[in-house]
Amino acid sequence: MDDNIKIHVEHLKKNFDKLEVLKDMSIDILEGEVVVLLGPSGSGKSTFLRCLNQLETATSGTIIIDDKNITDKHTDINKVRENIGMVFQHFNLFPHKTVLENIMLVPVELKKMTKEEAKDKSMQLLKRVGLDTKADAYPSQLSGGQKQRVAIARSLAMNPDIMLFDEPTSALDPEMVGEVLNVMQELVAEGMTMVIVTHEIGFAKEVADRIVFMDGGYIVEQGTPEEVILRPKEARTIDFLNKVL
Amino acid sequence: MIAIIQTYGWMLLAALGKTILLTLLSLFFAMILGMIFALMNVGKNRLLNLLGTVYVDAIRGVPLMVLAFFIYFGIPSGMKGMGIQNFRLSALQAGTMALALNCGAYMAEIIRAGIESVDKGQMEASRSLGLTYGKSMRLVVLPQAIRTMVPSIINQFIITLKDTSILSVIAFPELMNMGKIISGNTGMVLQTWTIVGVMYMAVIITLSKIAKRIERRVNRGR
Repeated sequence: MDDNIKIHVEHLKKNFDKLEVLKDMSIDILEGEVVVLLGPSGSGKSTFLRCLNQLETATSGTIIIDDKNITDKHTDINKVRENIGMVFQHFNLFPHKTVLENIMLVPVELKKMTKEEAKDKSMQLLKRVGLDTKADAYPSQLSGGQKQRVAIARSLAMNPDIMLFDEPTSALDPEMVGEVLNVMQELVAEGMTMVIVTHEIGFAKEVADRIVFMDGGYIVEQGTPEEVILRPKEARTIDFLNKVL
Repeated sequence: MIAIIQTYGWMLLAALGKTILLTLLSLFFAMILGMIFALMNVGKNRLLNLLGTVYVDAIRGVPLMVLAFFIYFGIPSGMKGMGIQNFRLSALQAGTMALALNCGAYMAEIIRAGIESVDKGQMEASRSLGLTYGKSMRLVVLPQAIRTMVPSIINQFIITLKDTSILSVIAFPELMNMGKIISGNTGMVLQTWTIVGVMYMAVIITLSKIAKRIERRVNRGR
């Protein structure tokens, strides 16, 4: 296998009871690559993303991340997840913890860092996302954009080398989308491996190394942003882009 | 009325003490039972789900008095039938078991509902960071669930305290039983039950006030 392959997915299928959401997905994602998943709702983008850290258990097929077969029941999925950050549409910050505690909680609990180290690291991360003044605030006191930036910082505290984004800006007011995309753009610049589900076509065009267009549980077409967005070949892609652009 | 208090005051207080002792013991075990069965019910293991459902349905389907008779009279009798002589349960032991089993089932339902009221995304976020299911439950889900559970749990505490009176039927010398004895001895039926009623009320109102204060504290910082 190519040394640069970070995520290897082979014939992945996922059913919810009788409903087949992912019918047959195979894809290789390289180290440092930024892959954006596009497609109509119900096409399986989010389900695919959630299979990558096994928040959804694959029905069949193989997913190998960093040479670990995560679809194998004997793999310690918790260990693998430590290296895969995930950012959710609805932020999912812990409402009973302050911003700082949200970020520190897991690294300290998993003994990745001492309390002091975790605090320093968290403050650094908060500074980086521009929220160091909000360390002691509770999530309910933040705007949507601020919450999402904290959620990104929380994921980064575990020093992941893959970041998954599940429609990170879909629940935000339009004026807050930019601040979140900016933080994501910095991660792209640092060479983080990223898989992003988004409806922000402009952003996708700007940051993606590869765009994967999905529909009906399959990959319909994939390629560079120019290929997929400017010169799509498949009728379903053209149809989708006409609707959203 | 004054005569009753003068003659029986200390005995009434001692009986109230027994009532409170029985309540606290039962609540302690009920909380443990409730937590165990609630976790069995919210997990994904079908067998544990089934066990949890059977417990809750069985207990809710049986009146407390029947349960108390079953434990206090039924079990020792059954033991004797199996050739085990001299197995006896004190009224306190049997009463605690009956009340704890009974209250535990309701507690399980309260805790289950509390856990399920927490947004699924909380568990997902916690798992995605690498925490195990157990740690996610303990550090992320349960602390949030408790906030919604507190009023119902307090309500259940009060119900259990009142339910201790039902255990007068297995001759446990709690407040209700003392009331029966005093009203029989003195013939001052109205006065006796007035005093007993006021004693229950005093304890329960005090408990409610303390509970309100705890509720406010738990909800702080929201």
